[in-house]
Amino acid sequence: MASKVKWVTDIEKSVLINNFEKRGWTQVTEGEDWNFYWMSIQTIRNVFSVDTGYRLSDEQMVNHFPNHYELTRKDLMIKNIKRYRKEMEKEGSPLAEKDENGKYLYLDFVPVTFMLPADYNLFVEEFRKSPYSTWIMKPCGKAQGKGIFLINKLSQIKKWSRDSRTSTFVAASSGKEAYVISLYIDNPLLIGGKKFDLRLYVLVTTYRPLKCYMYKLGFCRFCTVKYTPSTSELDNMFVHLTNVAIQKHGDDYNHVHGGKWTVSNLRLYLESTRGKEVTSRLFDQIHWIMVQSLKAVAPVMNNDKHCFECYGYDIIIDDKLKPWLIEVNASPSLTSSTANDRILKYNLINDTLNIVTPNGDIPDCRWNRSPPREALGNYQVLYDEEQALSENAERDLRSRSGQSLGSKGTARGGTGPRPTAATWK
Amino acid sequence: MMDEGTELSLTIAQIVQRLKGTNLHSQIERQAKECLHRPEIKLESLKDDVRHFLKASGWEKKLQNAVYRELHVQPPPCHPATPPEHTKEPLAYMRKAQASWEKRILKSLNSMCTELGVPLARKRPAIEQKELTNKWNEMGTDEPDLSRFRPVYAPKDFLEVLISLRNPNHDSSEEASSKSYWGLVQVPLQVRDIPQMREAYSELCLTSGQLGIDDLTHVPPDLFESEHIRIGKKVLSEQDSAAAQQYSRQGCPTGLRADLWSLILNSTNSPEDVLHYNQLKAGVIHHDLLVDKLIYKDVKLTASNDDYYFVFEDYLYQVLLCFSRDTAVLDHFSYNSATPPKSYIQGRVGEEEFAVVYPPNGVIPFHGFSMYVAPLCFLYNEPSKLYAVFREMYVRYFFRLHSISSSASGIVSLCLQFERLLQTHLPQLFYHLREIGAQPLRVAFKWMVRAFSGYLSTDQLLLLWDRVLGYDSLEIVAVLAAAVFAFRAENLMEVTSLASAEAVLADLSTLKVMPLIQIFLFATVI
Repeated sequence: MASKVKWVTDIEKSVLINNFEKRGWTQVTEGEDWNFYWMSIQTIRNVFSVDTGYRLSDEQMVNHFPNHYELTRKDLMIKNIKRYRKEMEKEGSPLAEKDENGKYLYLDFVPVTFMLPADYNLFVEEFRKSPYSTWIMKPCGKAQGKGIFLINKLSQIKKWSRDSRTSTFVAASSGKEAYVISLYIDNPLLIGGKKFDLRLYVLVTTYRPLKCYMYKLGFCRFCTVKYTPSTSELDNMFVHLTNVAIQKHGDDYNHVHGGKWTVSNLRLYLESTRGKEVTSRLFDQIHWIMVQSLKAVAPVMNNDKHCFECYGYDIIIDDKLKPWLIEVNASPSLTSSTANDRILKYNLINDTLNIVTPNGDIPDCRWNRSPPREALGNYQVLYDEEQALSENAERDLRSRSGQSLGSKGTARGGTGPRPTAATWK
Repeated sequence: MMDEGTELSLTIAQIVQRLKGTNLHSQIERQAKECLHRPEIKLESLKDDVRHFLKASGWEKKLQNAVYRELHVQPPPCHPATPPEHTKEPLAYMRKAQASWEKRILKSLNSMCTELGVPLARKRPAIEQKELTNKWNEMGTDEPDLSRFRPVYAPKDFLEVLISLRNPNHDSSEEASSKSYWGLVQVPLQVRDIPQMREAYSELCLTSGQLGIDDLTHVPPDLFESEHIRIGKKVLSEQDSAAAQQYSRQGCPTGLRADLWSLILNSTNSPEDVLHYNQLKAGVIHHDLLVDKLIYKDVKLTASNDDYYFVFEDYLYQVLLCFSRDTAVLDHFSYNSATPPKSYIQGRVGEEEFAVVYPPNGVIPFHGFSMYVAPLCFLYNEPSKLYAVFREMYVRYFFRLHSISSSASGIVSLCLQFERLLQTHLPQLFYHLREIGAQPLRVAFKWMVRAFSGYLSTDQLLLLWDRVLGYDSLEIVAVLAAAVFAFRAENLMEVTSLASAEAVLADLSTLKVMPLIQIFLFATVI
C-alpha cells in the first residue's frame, strides 16, 4: 500500500485542511519530512532563498513558483507584458499587429500603466494627452486594495515626481513607496447600475511548456454603492473598489451573498441582454488574456518542477464588453465570506489537488502533467503548449502551401494567430 | 348559450371597441392618410391599395398582434345580459370568498396605518422630492427604519383561506367524497388528468426537441439547438405574436428570449411606453404612499438577499413603485375576480363620492411580490422596457396567483391540479405524507404562488416561464410542483415530519425543470 502524503500548511484555512484530511493525508510540522506544503508567499521566499533554502526532493511539492511575483506584482507584470509585446513585434509575430492608432490589436489588454517614481516623466507626458482622465494609484507590493487611491490632477502625486536625479532606490528609502499608476477604466460595464469585477482562477502546472487550466466557477464582485463616475466621489473607495476586503467595511455589505454573483449568472445576463455572439466573444477574450499574460512571464519564470500555482485573476469588463486585466494574485483568498463561497473554495482546492496530486498519492515532481480529462473537475484546459505544438506541427505538415495567417479581427478563425486546439475551445 | 356567429361578432365588436382611440389606431389612420400621396395608390382601387400598403409596411402585423393581445387578455364575451361580476368570476361562492379576503387585507392595511400613525398617502415636500430624484437609481442604499412595518400577508395566510373554501351546493360532508380526495383543497373544479394533459402539452412530448433538455446533450452536438435558433430568428423577423407564442412552447434560446417575450406580450417599448413610465416615475417622486414601505420591505426581505437577484435591487424599487401608481393596471379588474380596494378621503369614510382606489393600481403587495419582477431583470436592462413587460405579465398571469377564482390558471385550480396529479401518480407518497401531517400542498404552495421565482436557478425559471407564455397558462407550474415531489419521492418516503419533508425540498436550485416535467407527463406509467 502506498504510504500517506505528509502535509504542512502555514495558512490555517478549513477549506485546505478539510481537503487534506478527506484524502487521509497526515499533518506534520514544517521541520519534519513533508510531501505537500501549501504555503504563504512569505514562506515560499524562504524555501527558495539562497541562504535559508533547502533542496526539495522529488517527492515534495509546493503551491507557488519561486518567482511568482513576476506575474503577481503589479509593476513586474506590466514590465513583463510590455517586454513580451516588444519581443513579439521584433519577431514579426502576427500577435503584435497594431491598428491605425498604434494600438495592439491582440495584446492591448492591460490599462495604460506606469511605474512611479521611475516612469514619472513618461506618465506626465501621457497625462497631458488626456488631462481629464482619472488614474488609479496602487502600491506595488500590497494586496486587498490597501493603499489604493484615485487621482485626476498631477499635484496629487507630486510626492512621486522625480525631483533631482533620485532613483527608485532613494525614493523607497525616503518613504516614497513604489507605485504603479494606471488609467482608470471609467466606463465599466454596469449591471443593475452597479460596478463589478471578475475573479477567476487559473492553475498553472508548468510554464515551459506552458500548461494551464481555467476554473469554471469564478464570480463577479459587486460594489455595494452605486457607481458614479463623477470626481466628487473619488474619495469614496467603496464606489470604485470591488475587493471583498474593502467592501466588507461598507454599510451595505450583505452576509448572505457577500456581493458575489456567479459567472454563470453573468453569462445568462449578458447572453439575454446582448446576445450569444458578443457574450462568447467576451469570454474568449478573457481566456485569451490569461494565456497571453502567462506566456508573457513564461520565459522569466523559474520553472521549478516542484511547483504549481493557482492564481486569482482580477478582470474588469468595460461597457463595450472589452475585458481588461487588472491584476493577478498569487494567494487568492481562501477565506469564505458566505456558504456558497465556502463550497466554491473547497471545490477549487479539491479540483486543484486532484490535478497536481493524482489519486492523492505522494507527489512525484517528475509527473507528466497531463491529467486525464475526468480528473479535471471544474477545471478546463486553457492552454497546453505541448499539445498545441504537436497539433501545429501536424497542421503545418498538412498545409505546407503556406496559408496566410488569419486576417484582422477574425482571430477566432482556425488559422488565426490564436491557438485553437489544445485550448479552452 | 350563444351560437358561434353571434359570439364571433360580439368578440369582434368588443375588440374594435377596445382598440378604438388607442395610439395604434391613430397611427394606422395617419399612415393610411399619408399613403394617399404615394404613386402606387390608385383612386380606382383605393381600398385595396391602402390595405396592401398597410400590409407591406408592417402595420397590418402590428394590428394583428394587438388583436391577438386582446384575445388573450379579455375573457370571451358572454351574453349581453350577464352582470359584470359574472365576467370577473362566474361562481358566487368564489366571489364571496374573494370579497371577504379583500376585506381582511384592507382591514389589516388600515390598522397598520392607524397603529403606526402613517398616512396612506402624502405629498412629498419639495426638498424630499429633489432628494428622491437624485437617488432614483440607488434607492437600495437608503436604510429607513421599517422594523414596524410588516407584510400585509404571506402566502401561508392565503393558503389557509383556500383550504377553507367550500362550495355550498356541493355536499362535502359525505364520507366517500371527502375520503376519495386526500388533498387540502376541497372544491369541485374541473382539472385535467394526465391523458388530457398529454394532449394539451403535446409539444413537450419525448420525441419533440426541447430547450432545457436537447441543448444539454452533446450527441449529436447541438443539432436541435442551432436549428431552433435559426427558426427563432425567423419568427422575430416576421414580428408575429402568435408564431412567437407557439415557438416558445419548445423554449426560447437565451439570446432571443427578451425579444421573443416582448413580441408574445406585444410589449413594444414605444415612445409612448417610455413616456408613460416617466409619468409614473414623476408620480412616485411627488407622492409618498404607505405601500412604498411595503414594497421596500419586501425587496429587502427577498430579492436583496437572493444570490441571483440582489444585483437588481434598485431596478425592483423602480419598477414596483411605478407599478403601484399605474392606473392602467385597473383595466385588468374587468376579468380578475378581485376588486380594487377603496379608501376614503380623510373625514369622509363611507361616502362613495370620496372613495379612491388605493393603491392607485388596485394591487396590495404581499410578502414575495417582488419576485414576480426579479427574473425579468435578467432579460431587460432598460427600466421602461422591464416595466412594460412586467406589467403585461402581471395582467395576463401573475394576478391569478393571489386571487380566488375558478380560472384554470387561478391558484385554486393550480392547487387542485397539483394535488390530483400527485394523488393519481404517487398515491403511496401522498398517503405517507398526509399520515405524518405533511400535506404536500403545505410545501408546494409557496412555489406556485411565485410561479417558482426565487426557488429555481434563473436559467431554469426562464425555461419554465417560456412554457407559461407558450401555452398561455400557469397550469404547467402545478405540473412542475408535482414533478418535483415525484423526483424526490424516494427521500420523501423516508421522512417522518413536515419539517423534514420541507428540508428534503428546501433547495430546488439544482433541478432541471424540463426533464422533470417531460418525464412526469410522458414517461410515467399511469
